[in-house]
Amino acid sequence: MKLDNACELRDAVNDGRVTAVEVAKAACARMQSADPILKAFVAVDTVRALACAAEVDRAVQSGKSMPLAGVPVAVKDNICTRGLATTCCSRILEGFLPPYDATAAGRLERAGAIIVGKTNCDEFAMGSSTENSALQVTRNPYDLERVAGGSSGGSAVAVAAGMAAVALGSETGGSVRQPASFCGVYGLKPTYGRISRYGLVAFASSLDCIGPFAHNPRDLALLLSVIAGWDEHDATSSSVPVPDCLAALDEPFAGLRIGVPREYFGAGLDGDVREAVGQALRNAEALGCSLTEVSMPHTEYAIADYYIIAPAEASSNLARYDGVRYGFRAAGADDLGLMYQRSRSAGFGPEVKRRIMIGTYALSSGYYEAYYGRALRVRTLIRRDFDRAFENVDLLLAPVSPTAAFRIGEKTEDPLQMYLSDIYTVTANLAGVPALSLPIGFTPAGLPVGLQIIAGRFQEAVLLRFAEAYAKAFPVTAPALKV
Amino acid sequence: MAVTREEVLKIAGLARLQFSETELDTFVEQFQSILGYIEKLKEVDIDGVEPTSYAAHADDKSMFRGDTPQPSLPVAEALRDAPDHGHDHFRVPTVMK
Repeated sequence: MKLDNACELRDAVNDGRVTAVEVAKAACARMQSADPILKAFVAVDTVRALACAAEVDRAVQSGKSMPLAGVPVAVKDNICTRGLATTCCSRILEGFLPPYDATAAGRLERAGAIIVGKTNCDEFAMGSSTENSALQVTRNPYDLERVAGGSSGGSAVAVAAGMAAVALGSETGGSVRQPASFCGVYGLKPTYGRISRYGLVAFASSLDCIGPFAHNPRDLALLLSVIAGWDEHDATSSSVPVPDCLAALDEPFAGLRIGVPREYFGAGLDGDVREAVGQALRNAEALGCSLTEVSMPHTEYAIADYYIIAPAEASSNLARYDGVRYGFRAAGADDLGLMYQRSRSAGFGPEVKRRIMIGTYALSSGYYEAYYGRALRVRTLIRRDFDRAFENVDLLLAPVSPTAAFRIGEKTEDPLQMYLSDIYTVTANLAGVPALSLPIGFTPAGLPVGLQIIAGRFQEAVLLRFAEAYAKAFPVTAPALKV
Repeated sequence: MAVTREEVLKIAGLARLQFSETELDTFVEQFQSILGYIEKLKEVDIDGVEPTSYAAHADDKSMFRGDTPQPSLPVAEALRDAPDHGHDHFRVPTVMK
């Protein structure tokens, strides 16, 4: 059974052609054979998954139709799930069992989805390769010596390798789009506030977003229809109504005005990626879209901006990990201060410490205005670049990342090199606009390449409509997976 | 952009983190490199620009609720993952000597 189409799976389950238990067993079997090599999952509870599937089958048999009936979903380890350990792939949360479900996870399960496991990620979502996980490194299914991307690498691989039909990841600075591009699947970062952050472990509260992975735009639309929308538990969740993206996909595609931001096609862009994206631009024209070059002059400051704002917010959000109420507590400390220090130092990995330190520095007295204050103003300018662009175009088209998946260990020596792989993605996080990575082909070496499309705030339907039209007109033939 | 070892130690104190000597050396180096890159932001003319604290939609009225008490997390649930606790509180080492 191929688990690559959530819409078809839920139709089959609702129609009684297949049971949710059969689908869950297929997912578990694929996980058992592929995951010892890929290492996408950090927590699996087959008993729980099968019990949930049996529940769904009972509901279906009693005449109930569910939007995600029997669909196997993988959930990133920084999203709280009541029955499953949620550790953010950090030692400091080893064995932590959340006392509540994230809103997104709860909505999935109430819609009949089966959570098959929690996926590997960079520790506290800090990273661009999933190599910062305290637990394991996830391998790219197209080349086992290469990274899955990050921070949501496990979720991207779970979908790419057919272990789940869809997955939830999260973005603070490109962490859904980049692994989607590296693994050849679709990844959506919705508008900030579209999906509730309740239960998404906070990294940088003004940037964090939950985002889905899937094999096609229709499945992204389906997921959005279930998990998006205002939540009373998240004061930053938006009350702007969620459009019926599935219905929007059925409308005929008439062509859009596309802006091509010149700053995303500069010197650092790898030749293979440039060629693939160039072809995609020509394909977009063939679809009836008009292309215009636009300029977004503050793009070059986005990484520096992000690497002040995100660590600053993280230094505040991660202050709660102190060994008092949950998680790891260092033994033998005589006083509270020492306990904090030892618990945090032993519990956090090096990248997390680096970011806490940068953030603390940027917020410290004497530096606050020069760093954090300045960064917030540059953020306004980045946001205005988008506002200005969208006055004249419907969509922006760009690469997702300067390169395809790099080798495991290739960028771990120099943190700054790793940060620079987010150069085309963090802008959308800073501006709060929705963006999508769609798989458009492979490099000559057989590595996936994604195309990035960005739309104005709350315009996810535009992204999905373009992606659907593009996928129909220009299907991609993937080489065989290595597993 | 010269960040001294002493400054790094002071920040570590604020962040309740401790480093070994070797960790500290690598750390100071990486810190310098990252902060050096961030200096780029000084090139931007921010005169008269308002800060953006977060990217939410300006008209959104969804953030307030009525002041009505609701049930909260039960004490037993709150204590469930605690490393050390009493019947209704978390237990920690001496706060001050």
